[in-house]
Amino acid sequence: MAQRKAFRWHIAVFLAPAVLVYTAIMIVPLFGTLNLSLFNTGEGGRVFVGLRNFATLFGDPRWSASFWNALGNNAWFFLVHMLVQNPVGVALAALLSSPRLRGAAFYRTAIFIPTILSFVIVGFVWKLILSPIWGIAPGMLDAVGLKSLFAPWLGREGTALTTLALISVWQFVGIPMMLIYAALLSIPDEVIEAAEMDGVTGWSQFWKIKLPLILPSIGIISILTFVGNFNAFDLIYVTQGALAGPNFSTDILGTFLYRTFFGFQLQIGDPHMGATIATAMFGIILLGVGFYLFAIQRRLRRYQF
Amino acid sequence: MTKTIRLALLASTLLGSAAWAQDVTLTIESWRNDDLAIWQEKIIPAFEAANPGIKINFAPSAPPEYNAVLNSKLDAGSAGDLITCRPFDASLELFKKGKLADLSDLAAMANFSDVAKSAWQTDDGKQTFCVPMASVIHGFIYNKTAFEELGLTPPKTEAEFFALLDKIKQDGTYIPMAMGTADQWEAATMGYQNIGPNYWKGEEGRKALIEGTSSLTDEPWVAPFRQLAKWKDYLGDGFEAQTYPDSQNLFTLGRAAIYPAGSWEIGVFGPQIGGAFEMGAFPPPVPAEGDKCYISDHTDIALGMNAATEHPEEARKFLEWVGSSEFATLYANALPGFFSLNAAPVEMQDPLAKEFVSWRESCEPTIRSTYQILSRGTPNLENETWTASANVITGAETPEAAAERLQQGLASWYAPQQK
Repeated sequence: MAQRKAFRWHIAVFLAPAVLVYTAIMIVPLFGTLNLSLFNTGEGGRVFVGLRNFATLFGDPRWSASFWNALGNNAWFFLVHMLVQNPVGVALAALLSSPRLRGAAFYRTAIFIPTILSFVIVGFVWKLILSPIWGIAPGMLDAVGLKSLFAPWLGREGTALTTLALISVWQFVGIPMMLIYAALLSIPDEVIEAAEMDGVTGWSQFWKIKLPLILPSIGIISILTFVGNFNAFDLIYVTQGALAGPNFSTDILGTFLYRTFFGFQLQIGDPHMGATIATAMFGIILLGVGFYLFAIQRRLRRYQF
Repeated sequence: MTKTIRLALLASTLLGSAAWAQDVTLTIESWRNDDLAIWQEKIIPAFEAANPGIKINFAPSAPPEYNAVLNSKLDAGSAGDLITCRPFDASLELFKKGKLADLSDLAAMANFSDVAKSAWQTDDGKQTFCVPMASVIHGFIYNKTAFEELGLTPPKTEAEFFALLDKIKQDGTYIPMAMGTADQWEAATMGYQNIGPNYWKGEEGRKALIEGTSSLTDEPWVAPFRQLAKWKDYLGDGFEAQTYPDSQNLFTLGRAAIYPAGSWEIGVFGPQIGGAFEMGAFPPPVPAEGDKCYISDHTDIALGMNAATEHPEEARKFLEWVGSSEFATLYANALPGFFSLNAAPVEMQDPLAKEFVSWRESCEPTIRSTYQILSRGTPNLENETWTASANVITGAETPEAAAERLQQGLASWYAPQQK
């Protein structure tokens, strides 16, 4: 009894590689960025300016207009994903898990494949599909007599962002589908059978039995979508360029950060303001994830079988 | 023991340097990877034949990465001996940091006009740090075969230009003009900067803007936007989502009659069209009959010397050659559409390139208005002009509102405009 437990070295040893690599490539740069945002170039090199960069970002009418525009677009981008991608993902998973569906493996693969494609390919292919000049979209609409519905969606201020969000949904709908599908499969047959005995079948079975059991997965998907969307950059950059046209209507935080940090065309990059935007993005994502963890995650009921 | 090692080391360094001394290799940093074959097959052999003992290695990187790659190489001390210079601030910055050598005393500098050198000089024009190589000229390329078919002639004035566009539109066989707003820079570079100099009177207006005696809301700077706003009706269906390569293809496939162009397209369009139709070119139409014409003859590319080069003498020798008329003839013919800035006239073979360069005789050349000094701050005038030009064409902003916004942006950081 008097003998103290030996220090369990193996824990430290096994954790070390992951902790070291993660610290070196994630934590240190993160603090580097936070630190960079507190400096600016002044007389004779880099000077400490405290929070003045943030005052510029939120106080200067030009900077703040760009920032709020990007944040607003980002929120819309996220909303489209939440309203389209996740419900469609759940619906697809519910269909796939239906025992009567034939060729489920084919659908599953076909719907999941775009997820593993590169953003560059997806962006380029959709740009071609929707091109008013060479695209197949106008031709296909023409074939069903709906040519009048076609518009150069990616080139119009009102539609460009929504179109891009839907392209992204098309690409990533496979992820919620797979996660929900796995969650649905893990519901024990006894629970379903018991429900059937009680006369709960079909739609009401989905709403009353299955949905509550997959809610934790939906929560995880929402938070993944949130982080992914507020970090998004590639798709917009590939299809609309760094200026996120038309007229900045597709500018999201990622493209705004890129333009500021690395500069663009004649604009010389400003690492300090760039880091300031990156810090603001970090704060937004942190708030979102924190809200989810404390307000939602803890209230989710989990069922053990 | 240590002694032998020391001796061996000494011997090897001596031998090594002796081997180097025989042939000096100069490395050129460049973003023109499209031109690699031309340098290796035409330009470098010509120089090496005349200058035994100097070898040239042309080492380009991809255009979008060039500035970043070059800066880090210069900081790390691994950059080549000769540096291809971007115009204005990017190179000026390097010169100020001591990365580029002062070349004002190069004999070949006398071969270039002040406008030609302005892109690679300090603001006071006293020091020049790159040898100008080439400029690009803006104008309109047209489908000559289509023009003949419809019985049209190139326009001289703005009124004639729009009458011509109306005729092409009525006929309906061709899209009057191939341009899109998706990439934005097309609207600014091939639109605003192309037609603008006729209104702001070239250098006169550009300098007045820099001095602060004229502002972007003045009529000469709003008028080009007014013309752009009218272009909307003559562009193809869905031009809002039309990209730069789309526009190029529309024209080279013979579906569009007129292409607002930069001369760099000459070398690209020729092989793509492959003789399917003939091309012609006309300068931007003047506002009224008898007005003096101005063209954008934009200084685009030059060659400088790495201040830290180990072979400054050989590098200067090469630069003197780059400033010679021999190089000018070689370069201009190898790359039709990139015009020599050399004051000595250059004999060119390509008829379209000849047409473009002939405007230098009849019109006053100027450079793009936003490139010198005015794009130093945030918001950046050049980048803002992209958005403004695209907005004016799509109708998202009126010409007056766009000009007002540009002026406010410029005045927010540029002191001479703050009165």
